[in-house]
Amino acid sequence: MRNYIIKRVLLSIVILFCVAFIVYVIMRSLPTSYVERQAGIKAMTPGSTRTYEEWMDLLNARYGLDKAVLPGYLTWAKDAVRGDFGESWAWNMLCTDKFKDVIWYSFALGAFSLLFQMLIAIPLGILAARKQYSRTDYTVTVVALVGISMPSFFFAALLKLTLSGQLGWFELYGMVSRTHQFMTPFQQFLDIAWHYVMPLMTLTFISIGGWMRYVRTNMLEVLNSDYIRTARAKGLPEKRVVNHHAFRNTLIPIVTIFGGTLPGLFSGALVTEQLFQIVGIGYTGYQSLIQGDIPFVMFYMTFMAVLVLAGTLLADILYAVVDPRVRVA
Amino acid sequence: MDPNQENQHMSASVALDDEQRIRVLSPGMLVFKRFVRNKLAITGAVIVIFMFAFSFIGGLVNPHGQTEVFRHYQPFVKEYAAAAFTDQYRFTPVPGRTLSQNTQNAFNVAAARNAESFSADGETFMIEVMGEDFYLIEELVPFAKVTSVRGQLVASPLDGHTIPDGFTSAIDSAIKAGRELFEAGGDKYAYIIDGREYAVFTGTPVCVVVKKVFDLPPDSPALSYHFVMNAMLAFQGGDPSFEAEGQTYTFDRNDGGAEIYGQDGLVAVMSPLAIKEYQPGEVMTLEFKAAVAEAIAEGTRYFELIEDGEVVEYTLEDQPNQWVIRKEMDTYLIKTYGPPSLEHWLGTDANGMDVLTRLMYGGRISITIGFVVVLIEMFIGIILGGIAGYFGKWVDNLIMRIVDIFNCIPTFPLYIILGASLDQFGVDPTLRIYYLMLIIGLLGWPGIARMVRGQILSLREQEFMVAAEATGLRVPRRIFRHLIPNVIPQLIVISTMTLGGIIITEATLSFLGLGVRYPLASWGNMVTNVNDPYIMITYLNTWVPAGMLILITVLGFNFIGDGLRDAFDPKMKR
Repeated sequence: MRNYIIKRVLLSIVILFCVAFIVYVIMRSLPTSYVERQAGIKAMTPGSTRTYEEWMDLLNARYGLDKAVLPGYLTWAKDAVRGDFGESWAWNMLCTDKFKDVIWYSFALGAFSLLFQMLIAIPLGILAARKQYSRTDYTVTVVALVGISMPSFFFAALLKLTLSGQLGWFELYGMVSRTHQFMTPFQQFLDIAWHYVMPLMTLTFISIGGWMRYVRTNMLEVLNSDYIRTARAKGLPEKRVVNHHAFRNTLIPIVTIFGGTLPGLFSGALVTEQLFQIVGIGYTGYQSLIQGDIPFVMFYMTFMAVLVLAGTLLADILYAVVDPRVRVA
Repeated sequence: MDPNQENQHMSASVALDDEQRIRVLSPGMLVFKRFVRNKLAITGAVIVIFMFAFSFIGGLVNPHGQTEVFRHYQPFVKEYAAAAFTDQYRFTPVPGRTLSQNTQNAFNVAAARNAESFSADGETFMIEVMGEDFYLIEELVPFAKVTSVRGQLVASPLDGHTIPDGFTSAIDSAIKAGRELFEAGGDKYAYIIDGREYAVFTGTPVCVVVKKVFDLPPDSPALSYHFVMNAMLAFQGGDPSFEAEGQTYTFDRNDGGAEIYGQDGLVAVMSPLAIKEYQPGEVMTLEFKAAVAEAIAEGTRYFELIEDGEVVEYTLEDQPNQWVIRKEMDTYLIKTYGPPSLEHWLGTDANGMDVLTRLMYGGRISITIGFVVVLIEMFIGIILGGIAGYFGKWVDNLIMRIVDIFNCIPTFPLYIILGASLDQFGVDPTLRIYYLMLIIGLLGWPGIARMVRGQILSLREQEFMVAAEATGLRVPRRIFRHLIPNVIPQLIVISTMTLGGIIITEATLSFLGLGVRYPLASWGNMVTNVNDPYIMITYLNTWVPAGMLILITVLGFNFIGDGLRDAFDPKMKR
């Protein structure tokens, strides 16, 4: 097991370097006007002690843009390994500092969304499986598929239209009210929570479908297995069969996938955060992406890749841990 | 047919285990039967067929184009004219004369100082006050020479003038009083000392000057001196009518002015107002000007006129120094945010384009992008997955690491970067769609490759592959003719499900302004206007249908994919 994990981690590092390289190459092949514009802006900023040319040289040297692609990448990678991702252009601060500022907003969004998804999807999925082909089953399936098929921006717009535009319960976007700074800490917490309601609804609804279907399929498989038939045959009440024997076995694959999604809590929701102006990592990443902020984009993309790798690894390890029948070579 | 009869027939002729009674269905037929029995899958199929018809046939049947901008005439209250009390003199010279600008300016100065005469361009003119803001400019012409013969003044007329009675006594008293002007026989005269003689001049009318404005019908010749003169005299004198050039005109008076009627009706409007059109080239009728003058004189702020058989409403607004006259005018406007109507079933959008038409063309683009991207993904995925699965060992290892790398690239942020860079390169909107397909396709294949590889890994160990190898078939044929067809069910399911995802991805990109671009329509970019809260709440017809179509179409594909999976893999449905 230990060897397996070490092997996987090493492989992940190699993959990560390749991914970062591909992203770096793409960023380098984009029009260089980004650096020129940034240098121009920086030179024009009041208090700037350097001229445009000096800024150009400095920025090019700082980001290794004066080098060829491969040496430039190696320079970036050398710094990145030490945790130095450079200073973001768009935010005028260290990438890692900006990351620390925003990541918890995204994490809160992701974590609560996942919590609600679980709370809704597991009971409904199990209910649908128990009453297969019933009206309940069809409803759950259709709701799940609608959730999967719903474009997040459209659902967000519908929520804004009804809850915000017509009922006036929430503000259209933003994380805090105008009077936020005059509130007590507890009120401030409630204020932010209130502003999180619509983004949470959006995220939960568009992600819940996958979970519902997954739970339902697994529960169906478990309910049709031999040990459930045995449990029923020995006269256990249906409640006990479902809640103890079936439910626990259903949890095996769910926990695996659940573990795999945990790193994703840090990835933020790019579109949803942008739509509701939640200043998390997704919003920050999006702004950096469209502004061509190379340092932050490199950081963001690498971070995303790390999360995917960590998720896969975690899922595979949990698969072995949760289900002792699985033995990894 | 009577059901009983049929039963009898069946039981009589066919035994239970008769071969005819057991219909043997092909595997494809079985899948089809299972698919048809699935209500959701059929719903999905209906939805998708409808969407195809809507987008591809609808676009052909629809007479409008996706970038066709609709315009219409719309009543629009617009400034039409402005009226103000005039403080300028208007000059009407006698026939055959013109008055130079210098002369007019000199008159203005003289009138302001109440002078009786003025000079301009080397000529001297006399001003005769005829009434309030009503003057006659006269030119001096030599009239007579007066000489003093032993204390007696003798006048000798010039050029056929005749000396009126009392002329000499009048000039005598004027000379003694030191005045330069005198009157005799109802006419005015002036003299200048010329040596021992007095040169006497008389005035001939040159120009009538009034502050009142005489408005005329459009394109009519300027009023004659006599008309203005007689009209002013009659108006001052309170006469109901006057004559000029052999015609009789009557007044219809109001405060400060009058409408002047000839034999054929209204010929001119006399008013203290200068009325000017707002738009150059706009032609104002005389009736309009008469109505404005009357309304201002009476203090009303609203009037109606019948123009071309229609009642047109005008409103006046008091502004400093002037009145603004507004009129409801038909203006040729772009039909922005038109409400749903018979002509435009879903109304028009911000650019005056038909929403329904754009939905059709947008559907074409969205569905086409979905299919092309799936084809690209399948092409790369099948080849790489097939090769990896068949050869195994280091080939498999290499390809699967590539798959891992691509799987790990954050695709959506990368689409955003590439979409933004397409802007930097200034790519044409149509070309952009092809780039979009390529970008999404080239990044999306790992899932398919992984699935194909997994299936082939297990399939290649089966007996039929041993047989294929024994027959001596070449490797490409073994992979693509014998292995891949066995993966087709899974491929169909995965591509149907992927299709929905691609449509959402494309819509989201277009929504963010990084996918399909204006003026081309796509369902995603039609929802973009929700970013303006006012439009989101007010003009639902511009964005809700597009969003619903995305949802329904993707739902349709997902229903089909779901149904197909159940149909291909009946184990799941027990």
